[in-house]
Amino acid sequence: MSEWWTYTLSDFLLFSPRTYHRLFELYNADIWPAQIVTLALGVAALGLLRYPRAGQGRIVAAILAGCWLWVAWAFHWRNYATINWAAIYFAGAFVLEALFFIVIGVVRSALAFESPSAAPYRIGCAVILFALIVQPLVGPLLGRGWTQVEVFGAAPDPTAVATLGLLLTARGRTSWMLWTIPVLWCVLSGAVLWTMESPDAFVMPAAALLAVAIGWSAKHRTG
Amino acid sequence: MDRSNPSGVVGSRATRCDRRGFLRALTALSAGTLGLPSLGADPAKPFLSRPIPSSGEALPIVGLGSWITFNVGNDRVARDACAEVMRNFLDTGGRMIDSSPMYGSSQEVIGYGLAKLGGPPRFFSADKVWISSGASGRAQIAKSRERWNVSRFDLVAVHNLLSWQEHLPTLFAMKSAGEVRYVGVTTSEGRRHEEIETIMRRHPLDFIQVSYSAVERDVEARILPLARDRGIAVVINRPFREGALIRAMKRHPLPSWASEADCANWAEFLLKFIVSHPAVTCAIPATTRVDHVRENMGACYGRLPDEPMRRRMSAYVEQM
Repeated sequence: MSEWWTYTLSDFLLFSPRTYHRLFELYNADIWPAQIVTLALGVAALGLLRYPRAGQGRIVAAILAGCWLWVAWAFHWRNYATINWAAIYFAGAFVLEALFFIVIGVVRSALAFESPSAAPYRIGCAVILFALIVQPLVGPLLGRGWTQVEVFGAAPDPTAVATLGLLLTARGRTSWMLWTIPVLWCVLSGAVLWTMESPDAFVMPAAALLAVAIGWSAKHRTG
Repeated sequence: MDRSNPSGVVGSRATRCDRRGFLRALTALSAGTLGLPSLGADPAKPFLSRPIPSSGEALPIVGLGSWITFNVGNDRVARDACAEVMRNFLDTGGRMIDSSPMYGSSQEVIGYGLAKLGGPPRFFSADKVWISSGASGRAQIAKSRERWNVSRFDLVAVHNLLSWQEHLPTLFAMKSAGEVRYVGVTTSEGRRHEEIETIMRRHPLDFIQVSYSAVERDVEARILPLARDRGIAVVINRPFREGALIRAMKRHPLPSWASEADCANWAEFLLKFIVSHPAVTCAIPATTRVDHVRENMGACYGRLPDEPMRRRMSAYVEQM
């Protein structure tokens, strides 16, 4: 791309804010009541962190993998791609994240979690709670319809934020592979919302920044 | 056709007349070329069109863009709204509808609208080729035709000059074979003007598409004069700077002297500034609203500003 410095983010925005938010409305209607299932899976993952049991890491990883796969197919591939040709690449990235969880968390069983007294664990749980409960309310609080709500496991934003929260609760060093795609998605989604002059554009980058900063700090403390 | 004088009668008269006379001649010629459409068909306010220099075919001076506005995916309600915009555009005499494979679902939405309107006969289909691989250009154009559901495009241009060295030979071959009527190149936001100049000088283009508005006038210096010299039609994209310009101007009152150019609203004011440049063939504002498309089409009626008035318009907009 020549004269790349003359391009702004708005040059890459292919749709209007109205079309973008309406996409969620149509998507929610299309997949209903799958949102209840995905939200329940998120609550179950949080419950497993609080009340550990055998195979905890494998089950949580499987839940996350399932949600990333669902968002890749149902949201990006079938819906977002109708207004954004780049969404097929987003779908690929989400599938890759699901594969990382399957390989690292399910096959290798390399996902274990901190004790509930550890600060990163508590912050991680708070981030997951934010993604499950608070983040879906942001749109309606800003005047968007309830039908356009973005739910964990069904929409990409709360899924990425909850994943970052879960990675904060993980013990020891988690693979950078699990972090990269959720962080990149937070940046990308924030950029899209910022370009659309949406007041909640800061939420995703802020969540990513918080998670990376705390994760980095915890990693250095544990050596 | 002699490309040094591609406008035929209009071009030759322009060499003898001042600019105001040239514009009057254009207006008169265009009003006679096209029948008056239904909206505001007032003989005192002629419907304005411009000839495509390479053929003499008349095009209304306002077309319809589809960037962002028609990319509504599978949303049936929004698709129907776009079809209504198209219906009003065509009913008020509009012809050129512009899209690109880069615009998400816009091509399919145009195809949906055309089917819903029963395949209107008098529209002018303008699309683009936008792919790095020159070998894939034909296949992409065929796919675009499928989406529009048209047998051939009137105009295919190389979008943002992407791989133009490879696509232009293909497009000229398609034109020779009657698979497309006109060939062009596009750019936007003032980018790659030196390169587009080079292409304009070396290749027998029918059209170029560039950005131009009362506050973005780079093309006046070299591109537009060159287009006149070379007999190349000029389509203006982003005339309202994706709506930002007209939103800004609507906060201010329309000056009383705007009526001297038959401008009843800001859309007409901003569009008439653009299309009154003698090298411009048409502008292609995009919208999702029927009231806006009707406002835009209002610029096809009445008098166009002369050069002093154009300077006044530009200064006023800059000042605001």
